[in-house]
Amino acid sequence: MSDIINLTLSALIDKIKNKELSSQEITNAYIARAEKSKDLNTYITTDFENAIEKAKKFDEKGNFDYKLPGVPLAVKDLFCTNNLKTTAGSKILSNFIPSYESTVTQHLWDEGAILLGKLNCDEFAMGSSNETSFFGNVESPVGKKVVPGGSSGGSASALAAKLTPATIGTDTGGSIRQPASFTGTVGLKPTYGSCSRYGIVAFASSLDQAGPMTQDVSDAALMLDVISKYDTKDSTSVNFKRGDYFKSLSSNIKGKKIGIPKEYRVDGMPKEIESLWQDGITLLKKLGAKIIDISLPHTKYALPAYYIVAPAEASSNLARYDGVKYGYRSEGENLISMYENTRSEGFGDEVKRRIMIGTYVLSSGYYDAYYLKAQKIRRLIKNDFDEAYKSVDAILTPSTPSSAFKIGDKTDDPVSMYLNDIFTVPVNLSGLPAISIPAGKDKNNYPLGLQLIGKAFEEQNLLNISYSMEKELSFKNNLQDWWIK
Amino acid sequence: MSKNKEYLIKRGNSEYEVIIGLEVHAQVLSKSKLFSDSPTNFGAEPNTQVSLVDAAFPGMLPVINEFCIKQAVKTGIGLNAAINKKSIFDRKNYFYADLPQGYQISQYKDPIVGEGSILLDLPDGEKEVGIERLHLEQDAGKSIHDIDPQNTLVDLNRSGVALMEIVSKPDLRSPEEVNLYIKKLRSIMRYLGTCDGNMQEGSLRADVNVSIRKTGDKKLGTRCEIKNVNSIKFMQMAIEYEANRQADILEEGGSIDQETRLFDTKKNETRSMRSKEDAHDYRYFPDPDLLPLELTDDFILKIKKEIPELPDEKKKRFVDKFKLTPYEANILVSDIETSKYFEDVIKNSDIKLATNWITGELFALLNDRNLEISESPISSKNLSSLINLIKDGTISGKIAKTVFEIMANESKDPKSIIDEKGLKQQSDPKEIEKIVDDVIKENPKNVELFKSGKDKLFGFFVGQVMKKTDGKANPKLVNDILKKKLN
Repeated sequence: MSDIINLTLSALIDKIKNKELSSQEITNAYIARAEKSKDLNTYITTDFENAIEKAKKFDEKGNFDYKLPGVPLAVKDLFCTNNLKTTAGSKILSNFIPSYESTVTQHLWDEGAILLGKLNCDEFAMGSSNETSFFGNVESPVGKKVVPGGSSGGSASALAAKLTPATIGTDTGGSIRQPASFTGTVGLKPTYGSCSRYGIVAFASSLDQAGPMTQDVSDAALMLDVISKYDTKDSTSVNFKRGDYFKSLSSNIKGKKIGIPKEYRVDGMPKEIESLWQDGITLLKKLGAKIIDISLPHTKYALPAYYIVAPAEASSNLARYDGVKYGYRSEGENLISMYENTRSEGFGDEVKRRIMIGTYVLSSGYYDAYYLKAQKIRRLIKNDFDEAYKSVDAILTPSTPSSAFKIGDKTDDPVSMYLNDIFTVPVNLSGLPAISIPAGKDKNNYPLGLQLIGKAFEEQNLLNISYSMEKELSFKNNLQDWWIK
Repeated sequence: MSKNKEYLIKRGNSEYEVIIGLEVHAQVLSKSKLFSDSPTNFGAEPNTQVSLVDAAFPGMLPVINEFCIKQAVKTGIGLNAAINKKSIFDRKNYFYADLPQGYQISQYKDPIVGEGSILLDLPDGEKEVGIERLHLEQDAGKSIHDIDPQNTLVDLNRSGVALMEIVSKPDLRSPEEVNLYIKKLRSIMRYLGTCDGNMQEGSLRADVNVSIRKTGDKKLGTRCEIKNVNSIKFMQMAIEYEANRQADILEEGGSIDQETRLFDTKKNETRSMRSKEDAHDYRYFPDPDLLPLELTDDFILKIKKEIPELPDEKKKRFVDKFKLTPYEANILVSDIETSKYFEDVIKNSDIKLATNWITGELFALLNDRNLEISESPISSKNLSSLINLIKDGTISGKIAKTVFEIMANESKDPKSIIDEKGLKQQSDPKEIEKIVDDVIKENPKNVELFKSGKDKLFGFFVGQVMKKTDGKANPKLVNDILKKKLN
């Protein structure tokens, strides 16, 4: 059984296709491990009984040509799942059962995958440590009382703890890459418009993008093959020719030009991050890539611009949670007091903070100074990347300015929490694809990640570069299973 | 039609001019909603025409209905307006129970249609009224407060239905001009098939902006906006009341507060809803779920080719080609179905007679029975036959009225009615001569009186002949023969 959970997604699929393992054996193995891993608090909702039933059905008459034949998967609780509670980590949706399926999860099931359950996340994906969830903190398997990052913290923790062979998250400002970096896993944020946003609880519509979180780069390619599809139900979905990412993986990156942006060398960045980055550069050189120093001059404005644009969109996106139609309602004497009670009780502090910021920056008299200016900065940041991509194929940066921290360390200081996203948000503001791969460890043995940023719609290039690096890095988490009961 | 007198409000020695601008909300004629595929039928059971998108479920996204875009562009072209090749959908944020998203998707800074104009036919000539813009937006649902004593109920059937907001420039000067403006706008949209213009069903409603200024003043006064008025009559009443209210205030040395007001149809008065200070901050921003709407030249050109002949052109053609008076042409073109009916009738019959019969007898009949011309019991073909029967002398105009009445009740063709009832005109001079002789013989006294100079008695003899022929004698022949015999 322990063999099963140690297999990568692609290895599992091979064994299912060879009939070495049945879907039921695999599903049972992951469920058994999840039952013993409750202390990590990764799941908000489990659907184990149905999963076993579906696995049984798959073993009886499943289609082995599927890309994910009979593979059990848990997903972030931001994806709406038909008939299964979908909370977005919030009290206000704590009783919400969708009658529909998100496009991205539907693609998983259409390729034979089986839903294990819904994974914890920061409330409405607002957070960098999974500490804002109504359903409590998630612990990282990399260390006791250590945060898994956020907002896809439950996904990262479950993946690293081997409670699911792969998973999907969403990334608005780093919510896939930062937790991947904190947990020693691979996280890919595809180009904006690659994966449909239909049926994903919206945080900031112009930034949100779903993507795979996996044990290695091959698995990420495989998952991307399944979830990256044009969808007419999402007006921002882009109809471009998608690659055959898994099959086209190549570790030959000779002659690739990799940019190193000087603006990512921020004040107070720990030595270990600096040397991790340096080692990455050295490795790329060894692999035959050409290293080119570049400048992304508007980088320093990315974080403030992000913390205007994202809350602005969120303040409007979250207006629908008003107690009228679905979700949590707290009665009041009249409509206004019902709204006030429902939203005061239904939303947590971080969500309220962002709704207030968002409402403020869109207010008449402040719109030009904040929202409009942030949009202009966004354009400048995008231009920086466009300029850089005239001379490079991809950009290498650290994924985060620090390694994972302890639960509670930053909860009283939102700004220091927001600083976690400093390397990841420029990517969302520009709509570009980026991947975080595990590349080393800090002094506490906590994982550290490197981020590769690519050109729009050139995920294959990004996957190939990280694939070749991964082979050389041979990163191992070596977790001690301390949380198992 | 009386001459269009200037509409002025008089107070002592002062005269005030009334300045009116309209924001008309016209429901786009479309089978499905602006951003979802739910149907838009009027009068359906509550909450039966609602998709997950309309009810704003988590993760649901709007997708633009291309047909509604076409309809808006078509309307823009019909209003002689600039079509903006790039327009942007914004979110107008506010909380209300019948607004499921917590925002209305509308167009704020970049509407799909820019400046245009509408021509009004005033008795003393034409007047051009400027159109400021036309933009697309979603309708909200409906809050129902009078079914459940404790709770407000919400019907989302209308939620997400496409509306065109058509904003006029402050070019209107009287309740009558507002009447003509709404009718003309409605007529154009019905010609185009972009809005059914049904005010009872709420397909057309308006916010009315009213201000006044002393005649001769150039500067506009402070305006009040009267919200959501749903009939022309109420708009006129509201303007009348509001202009007088403002005049009273100014006359007493007061000043007008810019505010939003409601028209109370029962009390026939407007009252304050909210002041400028209480105005909502809608926090407009571009909807990130929708990309900017970009129209190609081809798309616009294709729609231009679909534009039918509109009332103004049609009127011109009717005057030039058919020699109608502008007044007659106006009546016949204001409704597209009427103009079609008219053109069908005159394909095979006399234009002058057709004009008179349609604007006279037929309109009276339809009015009487409260019917649209499309529901007319008398088809254009049958009316055309009737006119030809008059023209060729088969029946007299008077008999034609009788036939028309029978046609209205039995929907038969006039020929078979005439045959059946023996209503054919007697045009045989010999036969008529015989009857005339009889009449002269039977009334020797009157003949004598006539001959002694009592000319008025001529009518008496005509009447007697008609009586003997059940009104079927050819009146011209009767006249001619009588004259000959009596003189």
